[in-house]
Parts: sequence; structure tokens; C-alpha cells
Amino acid sequence: MQVFLASCVVAGVPLLFATLGELITEKAGNTNLGVEGMMLMGAVMAYVTAAGTQNPYLTVLVAALAGALGALIYAVLTISLRANQVVTGLTLTIFGTGFAKFVGQPYLGKAVPAEVTQFFAKKSIPLLGDIPFIGPIFFRQDVFIYLSYVLCVLAAVYMYRTRMGLNLKAVGENTAAADASGINVMLYKYVHVLIGGAMAGLGGAYLSIVRIPLWQEDVVNGRGWIAVALVIFVAWNPIKAFFGAIVFGGLSIMGMRLQVMGVGISQYLFDMVPYLATIIIVIFSTHKKRKESQPPADLSNNYFREER
Amino acid sequence: MKKFLAILLALVMVFSFVACGGDENTDEGSDVQVKVGYIFIGPINDGGFTQAMYEGAVASKEHFAGKMDFIYRENVAEDTQEVKSTALNMIDEGCNVIIACSFGFGDAMNELSGEYPDITFLHFSGAMKNDTNFDNWFGSMEQARYLTGMAAASVTESNILGYVAAHPYTEVQIGINAFTLGAQAVNPDVEVKVVYINTWGDAELEKTGAEQLLDAGADVICYHADSTAAQLAAAERDAWAIGWNYPKNDAGDKYLTAAYWNPEVYFNYALQNIMDGTFVPESYYGTMADGLIAIDEVSEAVPVEVRNQINDIKQQMIDGTFEVFTGPIYYKDGTVLCEEGQTLDRAGIWSITNEIQGVSAI
Repeated sequence: MQVFLASCVVAGVPLLFATLGELITEKAGNTNLGVEGMMLMGAVMAYVTAAGTQNPYLTVLVAALAGALGALIYAVLTISLRANQVVTGLTLTIFGTGFAKFVGQPYLGKAVPAEVTQFFAKKSIPLLGDIPFIGPIFFRQDVFIYLSYVLCVLAAVYMYRTRMGLNLKAVGENTAAADASGINVMLYKYVHVLIGGAMAGLGGAYLSIVRIPLWQEDVVNGRGWIAVALVIFVAWNPIKAFFGAIVFGGLSIMGMRLQVMGVGISQYLFDMVPYLATIIIVIFSTHKKRKESQPPADLSNNYFREER
Repeated sequence: MKKFLAILLALVMVFSFVACGGDENTDEGSDVQVKVGYIFIGPINDGGFTQAMYEGAVASKEHFAGKMDFIYRENVAEDTQEVKSTALNMIDEGCNVIIACSFGFGDAMNELSGEYPDITFLHFSGAMKNDTNFDNWFGSMEQARYLTGMAAASVTESNILGYVAAHPYTEVQIGINAFTLGAQAVNPDVEVKVVYINTWGDAELEKTGAEQLLDAGADVICYHADSTAAQLAAAERDAWAIGWNYPKNDAGDKYLTAAYWNPEVYFNYALQNIMDGTFVPESYYGTMADGLIAIDEVSEAVPVEVRNQINDIKQQMIDGTFEVFTGPIYYKDGTVLCEEGQTLDRAGIWSITNEIQGVSAI
């Protein structure tokens, strides 16, 4: 059981990065459906950096920058030029997929250098790793996973305990009112869309550097889309995102686990559950109209000051 | 007048390009008797199936020393329209042989072989062919799988071998069953645990599948999927790994051997026949004997007596005195696959629909 839960965490971490990123983006009022593309851009640039420099810190940095670069394309198109967010996001996914294939072409099937894989090998955190039951699941993982814990807590503190977090919420809920109250709406949107992209890039990098340390152009394989669903599932709450990601990660490996145990439930069924669960949550939350589980009111609306 | 001059100049420019193109074509050596167009499903450096095919093409070109040339296209989807237009472009570029290296390319080859009787179409896998210019080719991978099963069973301590498999489909099940028979020949107590990932290739799923098997006690990992991710999972947990499709070691010291394709054997054979005008479609089935099917050098971690045994049986396979599927063999539900004293022929092997006893799979 413990072993399985530990693998659920591993399967959930790329989802967690991407979900946190999309969550922050949506809090600023923008739906970015390019998560899959940004994850792939992060994945391939992290790989290229690791192969070229053998420096794990630089690898993580470049992955975040690559994701942010993808988000920048989206931001310029939707925030400054006010293009349709859905179409732009989908385009970014297609662009990112092509980008990863093109850049990664010479590296296919080649391994990440040992310096980098050793840096990201599993290391127990002293004391925490010895907590019964919880320790082996959460605190005997790799540095990249610990980074996701930290980002998750930071995101929650930022959103719920700071002035800027409050401003961000205002931008997403009612952009015009936020603008009138003196918040620099454009800046907020740009910064948070870019942060969202950077996090998606990190999620991709986890897959290409730590999880499968060989370059494979299909590493992300639909996880970006699960992240988009997960944001709705966890009702735009970063702490819930942590548990949601582990649950969805667990579902993605559940079928195989059961096969080994001799239970024949198809993985296809488990692959449907995240989306099914999201739909059910959407139905419930729309029905109940609970304030805290609603999407930001100005989500997906492009803001144009002169149209007020 | 100016407009006329502009159009004229533009036309001159266009034709001069075309002329250049033409020149390049005629510059090529006139020795070339066959120009092959290879259609690949993956990229040529995937460390697996497509790389095996590509390197076969390169080796074949060397073998024919100037008489054979080839072009290729990677990452072609299994979409009949796309395959057809790819093949037509190749024919346009002067190819007289098209080799389609994936099962899903078959329909396109079938259609084109009727329209282009002067071009020869060679399709990997499947059973489609005609009487003149369209053939399929495959090989008895069960032989190599059997030998890798022997190697696996000789090093296991838990008596559980893990097998990450693509789809529960005949080709994959032949491999699993042959692997199991080989393992049982060395160690009758061995159990082969299978996880189906329901895709031909998804590195993450392949690795996760392997990890589930390792959690369940497996200490050797074998796989039938595109990437080497299962090898990585094994090496990370200090378990043994067996490669597939292409002899690529991603498990370091823990790599035992690999079952792989050696397609130049077929390319040399078929292209020579085409050059000599003796080509006849025959539904080619390569074996250990002609070398289309091979296993990588077996690691020294395998006890020397087992290595000798593997070599003996390999020699018997080459001599044609050893059949992998020799009865009695029972499916895991108890029904008979092969009666005592009988052996399965090619048609019998390709009618396998389940795993045999000794395999635990859903």
C-alpha cells in the first residue's frame, strides 16, 4: 500500500506542477489550453540543457523559462492583441508539440547525463522521512518533488495571505473593477500567465529529466489536458490541487496495479475517471452555487479598457 | 510589355530551377538498379524498431555497393491517405521498390500494388500479398523470445519474471508464451507476470508498468513496447533487464541480452531477387537460421552452463531441429494449445489467442 501511494505521488507530481500553473493563470482571468504544449517545451529544453551542461540547477531554470516563453506567446496574443483564448491555447499546444519534436530530434532515445540523474535520485529528508507511514510516501522522494511541495505552499500563501494575491483575485473576478481601483491589470495578467507557463514547463521537465531520463518525444502524453480538468476538479484551490494531483496520478497507474494483483479492470476505465469526476464536480458546483468553488467570474473574457 | 517581360523572366527562373533538379538526377551513378523508398512509423534514432529498420537499410546499401540506393520518410502515421501520398512521392522521385515498415501501412500498399505493377511493394507484417509485385515479410521472433526467457529464468531469485506488454494481441502473446516456455525449460517453478499497457509506446506507462511488476516481486523485466523505459525501471531497482527490437543497453550491468530484428537480411535477399528478376511474392518469414531474428550477446551474469545451453538450442533452431511450440502446452485456462508430441506450424503459432500456463495475466 505504502509503495503504491509513493508511486501515486510520483505519477501526480507532473500534474501538480501543471495544475498549479494553470490555476494561477486562470486566477488572472485567462484560460490557457496550451498546458500540454508548454509542458513539452519545458521537457525538451530541460533535456537539451541537461545534455549540454550537466548542470541540474540550470536545467530546472531553463525548463521554467521555456514554459514561460510558450506562455509569453499566448500572453501577447490574448492580453495585448485580445485574440480568442481558447483558440490561442489550442494553437500553443500544437506549436509546443512540434517544437519539442523538432528540437529533440537529434537526442531521441539518448540518456540524461549521470550528473543530473544522480542529483535527482531519491533522497530521504532527515526526520521527516522517518515518520511512520507518511514519511516513506512523501519524504523519501527526489528534490524535484520536494520543489513541488514548496511551490504548492507558496502558491497558497500568496493567493490567500498577501495583498498581491487579493489583487490577483480581483483581476480574475472583475477585471474592470480591478482596473478602476488602480491595479495594473495588464501587468498582473502578464506576470501570472508567465508564472503559469513556467510551472507547466517544470512539470514537463520532471517527466523528461527525472521520470524517464531518456528523450522521448511523447513524454507528456495528454497530462496537460488532465491538468486543465484538475483545475476545475480542485476548484482553483492550490492545497486541494496537491491531493487532487495525487489522486489523478494514482488513477493513471491503478489499472496496471490491479493487473499485477490479478484484478481485471481495464486501465481505459481508470483513464476516464479524471474527466468523469471533473464533469460531476462541475455539475455539483454549478448546482450548489457555492462561492468558493466557482471559476473566476471574468475567466476567458479578454479585457479591453475602452469597451467598459 | 513590362508585364510580359516580368512573366517571361519568372518563367525562365522557374524552368532553370527545374532544369537544375533534372541535372542532379542524371548526375547520380547509373549503377543504381533499385531505388528503395522506406516508410517508417517512428524516428530513425528511436533506439527501437525504426532504428533497427533504418540501420538495416544502411547496411543493405553498403552490401550492394552502389547498386542500391534509398530514401526514407520518418514519423508517417498509420493513415492510408498519408501512406499513399508518401509512397507516390517516392515513386515520383524514382523509387522502384517501396518498403513499408509498419502493420498499418498494409492497406495503402495493397491499393498501390494494383495501380503500379512496375513497382515492388514489401510490407512488414500482416498477410496481404499478390502474385507479382506485393509481398509481406515477418519473422519467427518466438525463437529469440524463447532464448531470452532461458537467460531470464537463470538469474531470477524470486522466481517471478515481469513482462511489460503492449496489447493482448496474437503477436504479443506469441512473444510472452515463447518467453515463458524458454524460462520453464531452465526453471520449471518460474512465474511470468504480465502487465498490458494497451499502447505500443508510452515511455511513462512502460516504466510504471515495470515498476508495478517490480513491486510485485519480479526481479527480471522483459518488454514488448517501443521504448527502453522498462529497462530504466529495472536498473533503478537493481533488477535485470532484457531488451527488445534493437540491441540497445539502457540498464548498464543489469542488461542480460535482447531479442531483436536484423532486417538487412531480408532487404539483401529481396532486393537481390528484384535485381535478378527472380522476385516472387512468398510471404517471407525470417528465422534464426537466415539471421533476420537475433539475440544480443548474453551477459556473463547468466551462468556459463545456461549460456552454453542457449547456444545449443540456438544452433538447433538454426539447424531446424528445435521447435519452440512443442506439446503438451496448455492455455492458462486449461484448454489445449498444442497436443503432446505435436508442434505448432506458422499458421498454428499465429492462431494463438491467450497466454499459456505459467503466465499470470488478465
